[in-house]
Amino acid sequence: MANLKINDINKNFGITEVLKGINLDINDGDFLVLLGPSGCGKSTLLNTIAGLEKSDSGEILIDDYVVNNMEPSDRDIALVFQSYALYPAMTVRKNVTFGLEQRKTSKEKIEDALTKVSNLLKITELLDRKPSQLSGGQRQRVAMGRALVRNPKVFLFDEPLSNLDAKLRVEMRREIKKLHQKLKTTVVYVTHDQTEAMSLGTNIAIMNLGVIQQCDTPENIYNKPNNVFVADFIGSPPMNLISGKLIKKDNSFVFSPDGGGLEVEVPINSYKFIDKNIHENKEILFGIRPEHIHYKKSSEQDFEVKLNANLSEYIGHEQIITFDYCNQELLGKFPSTVKIEMNKEMHLYFDLNQISLFDKQTKNRI
Amino acid sequence: MFWLKRNLPRLVIAPSFGVLAWFVYGFILWTIYISFTKSKLLPQYKFWGIDQYFRLWSMDRWHVAVENLFIFTILFLVLCILIGIVLAILLDQKIRAEGFLRTIYLYPMALSFIVTGTAWKWILNPTLGIEKFARDIGFETFTFDWLTTPGMSIYTIVIAGVWQSSGFIMAIFLAGLRSVDDEIIKAAKIDGANLVSIYTKIILPMMRPVFMSAVVILVHLAIKSYDLVIALTAGGPGISSDMPAVFMTQMAFHRSEIGLASASAIMMFLTVSAIVVPYLYSELKREDARK
Amino acid sequence: MQENNYKNLENKSKKKKTIYRWVLFSILGIFALYYITPLYVMIVTSFKSMEEIRQGNLLYLPQTINLESWKVAWHGQGFSAGDVYLKTYFWNSVKLVVPAVIISTLLGAINGYALTKWRFKGDSWIFLLFLFGTFIPYQAILLPMSRTLGAMGISNSIGGLILVHVVYGLCFTTLFCRNYYVSISDEIVKAARIDGAGFFKIFFKIMLPISTPILVVTVIWQFTMIWNDFLFGATFTFGEEAPVQVALNNMVLTSTSVKRYNVDMAAAIIAGFPTLIVYVLAGKYFIRGLTAGSVKG
Repeated sequence: MANLKINDINKNFGITEVLKGINLDINDGDFLVLLGPSGCGKSTLLNTIAGLEKSDSGEILIDDYVVNNMEPSDRDIALVFQSYALYPAMTVRKNVTFGLEQRKTSKEKIEDALTKVSNLLKITELLDRKPSQLSGGQRQRVAMGRALVRNPKVFLFDEPLSNLDAKLRVEMRREIKKLHQKLKTTVVYVTHDQTEAMSLGTNIAIMNLGVIQQCDTPENIYNKPNNVFVADFIGSPPMNLISGKLIKKDNSFVFSPDGGGLEVEVPINSYKFIDKNIHENKEILFGIRPEHIHYKKSSEQDFEVKLNANLSEYIGHEQIITFDYCNQELLGKFPSTVKIEMNKEMHLYFDLNQISLFDKQTKNRI
Repeated sequence: MFWLKRNLPRLVIAPSFGVLAWFVYGFILWTIYISFTKSKLLPQYKFWGIDQYFRLWSMDRWHVAVENLFIFTILFLVLCILIGIVLAILLDQKIRAEGFLRTIYLYPMALSFIVTGTAWKWILNPTLGIEKFARDIGFETFTFDWLTTPGMSIYTIVIAGVWQSSGFIMAIFLAGLRSVDDEIIKAAKIDGANLVSIYTKIILPMMRPVFMSAVVILVHLAIKSYDLVIALTAGGPGISSDMPAVFMTQMAFHRSEIGLASASAIMMFLTVSAIVVPYLYSELKREDARK
Repeated sequence: MQENNYKNLENKSKKKKTIYRWVLFSILGIFALYYITPLYVMIVTSFKSMEEIRQGNLLYLPQTINLESWKVAWHGQGFSAGDVYLKTYFWNSVKLVVPAVIISTLLGAINGYALTKWRFKGDSWIFLLFLFGTFIPYQAILLPMSRTLGAMGISNSIGGLILVHVVYGLCFTTLFCRNYYVSISDEIVKAARIDGAGFFKIFFKIMLPISTPILVVTVIWQFTMIWNDFLFGATFTFGEEAPVQVALNNMVLTSTSVKRYNVDMAAAIIAGFPTLIVYVLAGKYFIRGLTAGSVKG
């Protein structure tokens, strides 16, 4: 097991900048998820770590060795592909042991490793079959077996669950988490699915347009997003972002939403500003997640607002209600047991401990 | 009116199918029947049994033709596939001149067998062709008169045939190589395989279906060889480069032996069927299994 | 992983790579010569005089561009008896190819369409029979076809050849078009039927417009097969009605007085020119046609 350092990696495809100044510090045993929409550069970054792509500048260090100019097979990494990439003409056994054979490992060691991995992933009965005779989930496990059997320093996963159906995806996700807990391997995992990212990662690096937006624990990413992109990308439904101004009133700060009057100003003194010197009348975005809007007062700091419900979406155990807040849309998430009447004014309570404020211009957290 | 609409597809296919049934399968049946008769110049419809086949197999000339077919087919197959695979692998290496080279390797297929035969007939000309060229550049005793040597004339047909068809085999192997999923190559690189191993242990084993297609097409081409033989050697010298297709035409249209000719044609038909039918059967099974 | 050694490894692998590239290009180059040389020899020989040919050798460039042999190959030498030339037969082939290609392609398209978008009982068997038809050795049908053409009164005519080529080309064109239409979504046809369109309307208004790729491939394939045919031409016609390949072969075989190799080569180029030009201009489609029919899935 090893640590992985990525220093200032840049990569262009032609004139398009695909990776811009990527810096990551991954500790031994970490499970880092690279999360982001299509085209954000996460797969390119993974391929660069693996050695399948060369970066234009910057360094990659595995266990403090610079590996930039090394072949993929010399970096002691393993990669599980989205399409599994099993060798069609070989049996499962040969597929799994191929890498070890290429490295001229002794027969006993190969047999030993194969037995261990087959038992761990429950693929022993499949060893003499060919990939075309396996189901999607089985192929996935064989692909993981091929990676595990070499006991590499770093495990790389490129959207391994995308090709599975929803139910299988949830099962395999838990299998992967269990394996990581047991083996304590260093993992870099690429996905576009935020649920996967949040449940699997010890750290998540959210990327957009080649830049890392935030690299943090899942809790911090969820509760204290660094910018509007992260706030909007994570969470289903995403964080509400209300446009307005930051006003100073009698030595304390107040949020005044656009389109609203004095009645709807929100006191935000308990908020921890990053920069202590905020000038007033700053245009900001007020962020609050739907589940942090309560229908009953839960603590003293809760701020009460009176809003009309416009639309209701029932999702089984929850319902998503759309409100009109100063002519801006506000979504709230409540248990389905609560009865909500449409077009009737209701009392709602903002949990002020859970808000996030963003500069409207720079989109960054303030 | 409704009946017409419902059966329109069948009605549309019917003429083509009718043509197929009559001109292909009907004609084959006729030829089969004639091969069982005593017909010489004109067809005689009295059933005679399989004596034409006995006659056929007792003829020296037929034996020469069959032997030549054998030699030709094996060499043709082996050389075309070898050259095809080698060229396909080399072209697969992401070269800038790929399109240009592909055009050069494949253009012989656009030429007719007669044009090919004519060109090679000139190149292999005993006095003015390769022989003269080699002697001019210093190899004083070089001789290349295969074209006029009874035992060697069949090999000239191999040379010309391979020249014409190997590009095609290259094209289908190249298409096959290109259809290999990129991720499999990446996985192999991570597993530590070098280029040679990747080709020999992973990619080429995946090429079995392409290989099967190549064999079927080449064998089928070999059995049908007529144009090339006529243009290059006319079956000669004498009958030394005779082939079943040439034999049949000779017997049918020049020797007034249509019963015998039909028997030889049916032998050709059976040989082709023996290879094509199992191949088509296995292809269909694979398609069904995939559904 | 020895970090002090990786610079060494980097240099070594760079050297290996350049050696690989050199070997690669040499082999490819040698093969290119193998394929190009016959064409080169043909062209070069056709421009030489017989004197030059006898004195020089295969690869020498002509000293002067001599167009005589080209004129003779095309027009002949002018005397009536036993004169062989290509002009008449070239145009015979043109008269043969144009209708035969058009008819067989259109029929193939509509057959492929009917077989794939309008399933009916037995359609797989019908397709199989067409498919098998592409493999049969034509020797098995030469005799009955010859008699049938005679009975129909069109033996030894271009019309007869058109019939023959359409009949046997039908198997290939149906195969190509069917394989193409199979991969076109059925939903388009279903949507059109719901909109009220019938069999022919869907074919002409919806299928044909998107069939350009396969039509091009089919036309090129048929053109090449029919133009290059010798067997049918030689068996079913003779004399004035023969197509160009038969004429070429006759020309090469005539041993009037002296063998005129330059004329032979010029004639071969004339006979091979049309298909060669089509290949150079639309070669991509040609290749696609070859590989589409043979490499399945």
